[in-house]
Amino acid sequence: METVVIKNNQNIPLASIPVSDYEKFLLVNTSFVKESSFHCVSYYGVAVPEKLRLICCMADDDHGTIHVSSSLVDRQATLPSFTAHHLSFEKFEREIHENFGIAYPDHPWLKPVRFPFNRANHQSTIAHYPFFNSASEELHEVGVGPIHAGVIEPGHFRFICNGEQIMHMEIQLGFQHRGIESLFLEKKKLLQRATLAETIAGDTAVGHTTAFVNLWESLCNYTPDEDLQFARTLALELERIAMHTADLSALCTDVAYQLGSAVYGRLRTPIINYMQIWCGNRLSKGLIRPGKLNFPFTRDLGDQLSRLLDVYEKDFNEVSDNTFRLPSVLSRFEKTGVVTHGQITEIGAVGMAARMSNVRRDVRATHPHDLYAKLEHVPILKHHGDVYSRAQIRREEINQSIGYIRSLLRDIPGESKNRKPLGLPKANAFCISLTEGWRGEICHCAITDEHGEFVHYKIKDPSHHNWLALGLSVRNNEISDFPVCNKSFNLSYCGHDL
Amino acid sequence: MLSLGLIIMASLFFGGIILRTKSLASGRKGPGVFQPLKDVIRLLKKGAVYSRTTSFIFQVAPTVYFGSIVMAVLLIPFGESNSLLSFKGDFILFAYVLAIGKFFMIISSLDTGSAFEGMGASREALYSLLVEPAFFLILGSFALLTGHTSFHEIFASLHLSSAFSYALATLATFVFVLIAMIENSRLPIDDPKTHLELTMIHEVMILDNSGYDLGLILYATNLKFAMYGALVTNFFIAGMSLPVAILLFIVIQVAFAATAGLIESFLARFRMNHNAQFIFSLSSISLVIFFGVLLILGKFS
Repeated sequence: METVVIKNNQNIPLASIPVSDYEKFLLVNTSFVKESSFHCVSYYGVAVPEKLRLICCMADDDHGTIHVSSSLVDRQATLPSFTAHHLSFEKFEREIHENFGIAYPDHPWLKPVRFPFNRANHQSTIAHYPFFNSASEELHEVGVGPIHAGVIEPGHFRFICNGEQIMHMEIQLGFQHRGIESLFLEKKKLLQRATLAETIAGDTAVGHTTAFVNLWESLCNYTPDEDLQFARTLALELERIAMHTADLSALCTDVAYQLGSAVYGRLRTPIINYMQIWCGNRLSKGLIRPGKLNFPFTRDLGDQLSRLLDVYEKDFNEVSDNTFRLPSVLSRFEKTGVVTHGQITEIGAVGMAARMSNVRRDVRATHPHDLYAKLEHVPILKHHGDVYSRAQIRREEINQSIGYIRSLLRDIPGESKNRKPLGLPKANAFCISLTEGWRGEICHCAITDEHGEFVHYKIKDPSHHNWLALGLSVRNNEISDFPVCNKSFNLSYCGHDL
Repeated sequence: MLSLGLIIMASLFFGGIILRTKSLASGRKGPGVFQPLKDVIRLLKKGAVYSRTTSFIFQVAPTVYFGSIVMAVLLIPFGESNSLLSFKGDFILFAYVLAIGKFFMIISSLDTGSAFEGMGASREALYSLLVEPAFFLILGSFALLTGHTSFHEIFASLHLSSAFSYALATLATFVFVLIAMIENSRLPIDDPKTHLELTMIHEVMILDNSGYDLGLILYATNLKFAMYGALVTNFFIAGMSLPVAILLFIVIQVAFAATAGLIESFLARFRMNHNAQFIFSLSSISLVIFFGVLLILGKFS
């Protein structure tokens, strides 16, 4: 066997991951993706003495399993690329190339990803990014960023346009690189690490922290009590509601629909204010911690939440009915920024960006963690892949999340009286944790040494794959529709740059 | 003289009423009616910053633009009372003096060498071009109807021939309100509130302007709105007594500003490639007015 098959949040001895030679490794993993139920959740390199170990994790959505395989290659080796077989490996291999200097001669787009501090080639700097360009007299280039007009996060977009029409858009990121993955190794205290996980992407604090704590608890062979799982599930769904509402507001702002922009904007506030009541932070920082819960969820909090949701739901449905029926809004959303089903499977997009084109990718359904197995989640799928589909997904997922929260609130588990103490993580182990954040699939992988300390930590935010989907969506659209396309994906810069 | 005074008065609160309407429509209290004016005054007190890549064009353009609008305002009469400047064919000067201001804004935005501003300039040029036929068809029709070629004479004798001309004036009002929205870069063509350069038209052209220059440009927008409001009022006030006419002027200006505010509250803006089609449709409405005039004059018999 070239792969070991594990479940989400399962730890295995590092030695049990088979090591095959590169040809076999390539063949096995690229033949997986020929089936639509498989996609690559993480593929990265780990430096081992004198060599480089490539570890590839392929998720099987039909069986809820993850196939992990590895291969030892020489540092600075020249290898045939996975990308030549399937595009979804594109960014993973760029990352391996950037970090370790592995050469992939048949990779079509071997460009820098995020300019990490410990990159292999220090000659490659952010100021000398190799942009794709055109010598045509008819086309012109427009550069946007890295300073964002709304001062959110830095990123540079380079358009090649024919008049108002976009022919090509290239996205240059890396301005936000903080070296989060190596900070996970440097910071030894658990609290420091949990706080770090909260800052991977500030808008997905719950999503990333849940991925981290599930991974840590799995490494410690710790089964969380039901009240911990309850709090995590609830917080994930509340974060989803808050962010989707904010996105709908921003979508309305971008098409200059003031009513939607104002009402959705107002509706986000009670949700995040509720998080403040629960855990003292509107962005839910401090709520999710490994092996404990600093802010127990009481029956009283539950009553407050159900009252809040009753009010929220009424206003939300009213403004949604208005927005999604207004011809001028529909004419901006429909058929704008289309990414086809074929493109999505080809680039391996995840989360909403996949579901908008009828690709059923949702960790909550396929690799359930926490209480999702009990909720029996059915992903919401759309078929058109346009801005309208992405807006509709948000609207319907909010209603779905409200339903889930109501059913969770019917049975609030009491605070566990005798919580087991968290032990030490297993030595020489590998663990993978998948979480469905509001944006999509979050993947954290860790490897421990003989003392149970992290020797490698790998984070993959859904934005990792999905930025390419944005690049494809704007092709042949008008340049003035770029902002609304961008907002409809609402990808993370810092989640990508780490 | 009277029209100049009235237009300046209306321009002081026009932007404020739009802003207030939008605030109220979205459930907010909103700033006072004179807030936009206070912003302009604040800007006028400041110095301007000039990029080293720009030439003198960039520095004179805001003044030329403002001057062109003041010039255009001088041509507008108020019912029976004549404008400061009036001669045969003055509405042609009106159109082209505005075009000169716009031309300078366009070349000044190209002067900055920014890709964004170039895009904005090309959009602005295209939309101004498409608006022109509608303007001339309407004023040409009225010139034909009345047999006169200056604003003052046209408006003074507009309703002498037939009551049917009130219907034509109403249609013309519709077209002029939309022309004003287009010329001032408001919804549904442009969104003055957006922060997204790629979607802007007028706003992106003035990204590099600051301080005094920006103040002039912002005030010019209000002046332009009030000027179109005055033109619309002129369609109706022929033969009215002065107090009634002034009252009607104020009502029309306030209603015009509130309408602009309401459009911006409850409508999303058009997709950029629908704009040209939309603007051109104004010309077809103007053609209806033209045929109406031909009917009145009995040219079809």
